[in-house]
Amino acid sequence: MKKLLQSCLLLLMPLGVFASAGMELDSAGIDLTDKTSLENGAHLYVQYCLGCHSTKYIRYLNLADDFDIDEQEILNKVAPEGAGIYDKMLTAMNEHDAKKWFGTQPPDLSLIARSRGADWLYSYLKGFYADPKKPLGVNNAIFPDVGMPNPLWKLQGTQRPVYETVDGQEVITELELEENGTMSADEFDKSVNDIVNFLVYAGEPAQLKRESMGKYVLFFIFMFGVIAYLLKKEYWKDIH
Amino acid sequence: MKTNYVANCGTWFLDRFPLTKLWNEHMAQYYAPKNFNFWYFFGSLALLVLVNQFITGILLTMNYKPDASLAFDSVEYIMREVPWGWLVRYMHSTGASAFFIVVYLHMFRGLIYGSYKQPRELIWIFGMLLFVALMAEAFMGYLLPWGQMSYWGAQVIISLFSAIPVIGDDLSLWVRGDYVISDATLNRFFAFHVIAIPLILIMLVFLHIIALHEVGSNNPDGIEIKDSKDPWGHPVDGIPFHPYYTVKDIVGVAVFLFFFATVLFYMPEMGGYFLEHANFIPADPLATPEHIAPVWYFTPFYAILRAIPDKFAGVIAMGGAIVVLFLLPWLDRSPVKSIRYRGGIYKKALFLFVISFLGLGYLGMQAPTAGATMMARVFTSIYFAFFLLMPIYTRWEKTKPVPKRVNQPASIEDHIPAIKESFAAMTLEVSEQKNGHTVKHTRPNPSGIAHELSKLVKKMKGSLD
Amino acid sequence: MSEQGVDNSKRQFLTTALTVVGAVGTGYIAVPFLSQMQPSTKAKAAGAPVEIDISKLETGQLIRAAWRGKPVWVLNRTPDVLEILASNTDNLADPDSQESNQPTSSQNEFRSIKPEIFIAVGLCTHLGCSPTFRPETAPNDLGPDWKGGFFCPCHGSGFDLAGRVVKGVPAPTNLDVPPHHYITDTLVLIGEDTVEDSA
Repeated sequence: MKKLLQSCLLLLMPLGVFASAGMELDSAGIDLTDKTSLENGAHLYVQYCLGCHSTKYIRYLNLADDFDIDEQEILNKVAPEGAGIYDKMLTAMNEHDAKKWFGTQPPDLSLIARSRGADWLYSYLKGFYADPKKPLGVNNAIFPDVGMPNPLWKLQGTQRPVYETVDGQEVITELELEENGTMSADEFDKSVNDIVNFLVYAGEPAQLKRESMGKYVLFFIFMFGVIAYLLKKEYWKDIH
Repeated sequence: MKTNYVANCGTWFLDRFPLTKLWNEHMAQYYAPKNFNFWYFFGSLALLVLVNQFITGILLTMNYKPDASLAFDSVEYIMREVPWGWLVRYMHSTGASAFFIVVYLHMFRGLIYGSYKQPRELIWIFGMLLFVALMAEAFMGYLLPWGQMSYWGAQVIISLFSAIPVIGDDLSLWVRGDYVISDATLNRFFAFHVIAIPLILIMLVFLHIIALHEVGSNNPDGIEIKDSKDPWGHPVDGIPFHPYYTVKDIVGVAVFLFFFATVLFYMPEMGGYFLEHANFIPADPLATPEHIAPVWYFTPFYAILRAIPDKFAGVIAMGGAIVVLFLLPWLDRSPVKSIRYRGGIYKKALFLFVISFLGLGYLGMQAPTAGATMMARVFTSIYFAFFLLMPIYTRWEKTKPVPKRVNQPASIEDHIPAIKESFAAMTLEVSEQKNGHTVKHTRPNPSGIAHELSKLVKKMKGSLD
Repeated sequence: MSEQGVDNSKRQFLTTALTVVGAVGTGYIAVPFLSQMQPSTKAKAAGAPVEIDISKLETGQLIRAAWRGKPVWVLNRTPDVLEILASNTDNLADPDSQESNQPTSSQNEFRSIKPEIFIAVGLCTHLGCSPTFRPETAPNDLGPDWKGGFFCPCHGSGFDLAGRVVKGVPAPTNLDVPPHHYITDTLVLIGEDTVEDSA
């Protein structure tokens, strides 16, 4: 009886994050120990995303500290010109212009990886395709009717959707490269992955610390537990 | 002669304060039954988690800003810019979920061993009040990060008050202090969360423990150990809480901390259960997230709410699901306390109850489809039937004779031979020739596993009779 | 219960071991709890060096800037003032700044890198009030010996225009001079001294 109930409690298994209909999410290769990928991701982010999207909880100093890079190198290679090391990663676009151009202010992306998940971001950034029906001429397979143009189109080139009819409805099953960009497909995937890697870092910089600390804490608690168990056993010899 | 001064100082204090008396009454000479098992760890663990929540909560208050325009940012500020702020915040957020895990297990212990039965009804009442206060504490605390889930969760729950006839709308307006959840609501929830309810919690914990130490602890056999005493007046089956249960509880603490730290350091979001994904988006009064669900510990009650097609009736049912727990000591008419000596009907009823409680918990997290609502209704019926039919089936069923003295539970070591045996039955030793060496492999044995499984099922079935 | 055959030394040893490990663990968890009350990155960012442009600072004028949230004074002293500072040292408690805080580049009779430009943290070394700037000589309220300086309204400490404390007042040392250096002739960086760090 007891055992049965205990095993019932284990029933609470995590549910997967839901995916939108149509294309399945590609999995991003997240590796926060890869400092070169993180630095490259930050660099690409500043070049292609920071124009509209701030990451207001990150200072350039955090990048230097967390990626083990010299502060000066971050200022020279990653940060936009004129930024100070203590500055936050704010966008140059002001709210008024943003509302005029896009109808809304592009969201801050500090926590996007925690609310959307890395795989969603990775697939989304790769999911743009040409769609003449849209005002911006592009659409997205992961986020239909998105209000953002493809920021990476120069690198990626343009894509064309491949449709298939499932249950009487047309759905996009994959995207084909129509026109080449400046990067090869593999290079592009790697670059997008670096950006997503950076965003996952930006979502929670503490994960670098907590994951490396965890094992020592667990080892310590384990040792404490062993001594406590031995002491308990010793005292409970009295009880018959 | 330095020690003399220290000793004098100690005596001076003890002459004026009943420390020795308190220590003896509640620790060194508090006699607890010697047969406590796994289920008896959760009381002291709940106290540990409470202390954790207090300490980390005070530290968070130093940097948190209870202001709708600053709250979300201040939480991220704690997570990123305050030295070790992330650790303190995760200890608090993981602690909240851990609190409910521990408390639910603690309550389940009361349920299976009849700890709420005469003469311990008041302990159960204080405990239930603690549970209600804890739910209020958790609910108000969840608004503070001011994310989308915080905001819309609070919006939905406070709107429940408006279902109350006549005064409902005014009441929910009064609770919010505004027409929607707003800065005013956040500010007052902060006041409740950090001072009002914690004071109530401390007071109730005190009452809960004092009441317990007055009548003494129950045990897995449900026998009053005070009924058989030795010539010195101590219960024969009782042992002093200190040192025996202090050293035992420390082992429990270590095991608990191991799991707690694992979650804290490796999966603080717990796949979206402890910290929901949508709560990383700042509260937006103009857009509801696609799917809102309360945090996991409220979902059984939330599922009951949704299962009822009428708003007011749903609120009544949800409230009733908690009220009925208060009545448990008077609903249960069985002459025995522990499940060990109850009949098969109670065991089967409890089994169904646990299934439906967990089922409701699961359904409360899912989007409400037609099938899910149907299931939720079935589970809700079972939930209420378990309690409301209890006066009938507990009086009616045949119980087993209760022994005079407690049974000593088997220790972990006693289980090892049986575990080894079933492991051996489920595996095969395979020898293989490889590069001239004989390599032995252990391979799973399908027929052995099937046999062990059927044995397990039979045993479980037997334990339900 | 039976008390026979109890190995007391083993119990003692295990109890001590558990207490020690438990105390170490408590110590480990106390470190983050206590250090979370240390200045945050935001506070440190506010404590970053600040640049002050002194090109528009007129003779006799005092400007205030904030560095680490503290007031920093930049005073352009007249040649007359410098003369008084050089000669009038009898009533000072620490005329040579032996006991006071300043970078070595400013440990001289004018307590500054450039003689006319005086830079100091505008907080009294007694209990941290900000003294008022009183450049006039012998005003009614401060008496005939006042040659111009800073006067702390909280507890009456007086400092001359080089931030040197006068005798017989509660302030123990001269006003602090923050680490600073000149990036250009008219641009000064408060919070960092370059040469002195290695010295």
